[in-house]
Amino acid sequence: MIVKEFKVIADTGIHARPATLLVQAASKFDSEIQLEYKGKKVNLKSIMGVMSLGIGQGADIAISAEGNDEQDAINGLAETLKTEGLAE
Amino acid sequence: MSFLQGIAASSGIAIAKAYRLVEPNLSFEKTTIDNAENEISRFQEALNKSKGELDAIREKANKELGADKAAIFEAHLLVLSDPELIAPIEDKIKTESVNAEFALKETTDMFITMFESMDNEYMRERAADIRDVTKRVLAHLLGVHLANPSMISEEVVVVAEDLTPSDTAQLNRQFVKGFTTDIGGRTSHSAIMARSLEIPAVVGTKKATEEIQNGDLVIVDGLKGEIHINPTPELVASYEKTAAQYEEQKAEWAKLVNEKTVSADGVHVELAANIGTPNDLEGVINNGGEAVGLYRTEFLYMGRDQLPTEDEQFESYKAVLEGMKGKPVVVRTLDIGGDKELPYLDLPKEMNPFLGFRAIRLCLEEQDIFRTQLRALLRASSYGNLKIMFPMIATLNEFRAAKALLEEEKANLIAEGTKVADKIELGIMVEIPSTAVLADQFAKEVDFFSIGTNDLIQYTMAADRMNERVSYLYQPYNPSILRLIKMVIDAAHKEGKWAGMCGEMAGDETAIPLLLGLGLDEFSMSATSILKARSQILHLSKTEMEELAAKALQMSTTDEVMEAVKAAAKLS
Repeated sequence: MIVKEFKVIADTGIHARPATLLVQAASKFDSEIQLEYKGKKVNLKSIMGVMSLGIGQGADIAISAEGNDEQDAINGLAETLKTEGLAE
Repeated sequence: MSFLQGIAASSGIAIAKAYRLVEPNLSFEKTTIDNAENEISRFQEALNKSKGELDAIREKANKELGADKAAIFEAHLLVLSDPELIAPIEDKIKTESVNAEFALKETTDMFITMFESMDNEYMRERAADIRDVTKRVLAHLLGVHLANPSMISEEVVVVAEDLTPSDTAQLNRQFVKGFTTDIGGRTSHSAIMARSLEIPAVVGTKKATEEIQNGDLVIVDGLKGEIHINPTPELVASYEKTAAQYEEQKAEWAKLVNEKTVSADGVHVELAANIGTPNDLEGVINNGGEAVGLYRTEFLYMGRDQLPTEDEQFESYKAVLEGMKGKPVVVRTLDIGGDKELPYLDLPKEMNPFLGFRAIRLCLEEQDIFRTQLRALLRASSYGNLKIMFPMIATLNEFRAAKALLEEEKANLIAEGTKVADKIELGIMVEIPSTAVLADQFAKEVDFFSIGTNDLIQYTMAADRMNERVSYLYQPYNPSILRLIKMVIDAAHKEGKWAGMCGEMAGDETAIPLLLGLGLDEFSMSATSILKARSQILHLSKTEMEELAAKALQMSTTDEVMEAVKAAAKLS
């Protein structure tokens, strides 16, 4: 399993459009991918799970991936977060 | 064939097949199933059909409305692929041996409740998204038809109980030739939208959705307020003729597009247009509007998740001011509450929203919202001839408080080095009887009045304009209303100010002779009414109309006034 931490920089947080992008990106991988915020873990392939966290700007989040493409998944998601200006 | 009488809400004739925009019956029974595999594949099938539809809607929205508006359908699609939603539903079908409808409803209801109980307004709004997609899957499971207004691709007449702003936003003007609704009146939202879109409409038919089936041939007579269902070929032919005549009449009026509006005895009045968005400007210019008399800014705030930013507002105001090329633009500050709600403001439900916390009352309380709008307006002021008016003013103190905030923001902007127009006329809507009665005092402090007749009539007659059972009390020609209007106009003129009107009455052919006689300076109406009004005023003598108005003020009923106007102004 690989875990990577990020800080959310998007001023709208991970709402609406950003959540959609993130879930779409995660769904491309086979690994189990989880998003953790304030001690709560949700399936990153679940739009409702992601939105239920209510992640705002400045939040510290962690993404973990476990499976045969876990490294690709973490790299891919880090790339999405960066290019969309969501987190770093 | 059959016939329905409604209220003529937007003129013109439409003849096309009916398209029902009606919520289907989605009720079902909980049943026990014996083959879970079959039930799950039935569920999967409904899911796939729903995704297919949403995909098509998203594509279309993306092409026609832009990626911004399409994003919501993207989110809906993800909900339908959400493993945390789908797995529990399939589990439920398997372990509890229940039908897919029940498992779907139970599971989504749980999520809806969860989102609704969150303390973030945005999250609560997501509950509506889940409800929306659930409805679509449920419709497929039950084999009923769910309307997809954005997917209409042939000429239709839309039939609905009522049309909300978001419904109308989805309608494609190319294909929607007319519409008819069960409820509503001339001043309801659907009617106003129909006029601004120039789509013939008949509202308040009471039973259009009951009588009209999908595919029925329907004639919408927006001139007389009639609906004909599956008419005879003779009637269709006769209506085709009427439609052609109406087009001819419109062509005749169109010749007046660059003319000044002058009465037969040489008095100029200003004919302005009511608009909701910068997109409406094209209609204003095509119809020869001399000004924008009412820019309803609430559309900037509606149909979205959060408040519009200062920059977004600035861009809209600037677009309108520039588009009018120096002609006056009267912007009404946020008029929300009553029949216009903003879900993201999370205001408590009220017993009497029309008498409650709305418009300027809300803005003076929620100053952040108001200040943002004022700043956006002030920043836009250097791009044209801006006039600002405050809605729902009941007391002078409210006007003074609003003006003080405006002055403060103006000073702030100037200190920040932003350019602001030197002179911005500041006025009020007169729609509350107390303000009309005290107009002489207001006139000393405001630069202009704009009489909002829809509300003024509602408040004077104590008759909710959304309640059809008291709609007979919507009496614009009642002498009591005429006297209030006279008080306002006279008060303005005494102080050298001007008085306009931006309610429906200003474009009404029976009211125009009276208003001209009462001395109204500016008539603001749906853009599509301007040329007809201009043609009418060209043939009226102001002196004669003054005599008519003087007589009308001494009459006792609406009927007497209407008779007198018909005789004096030669109305058919």
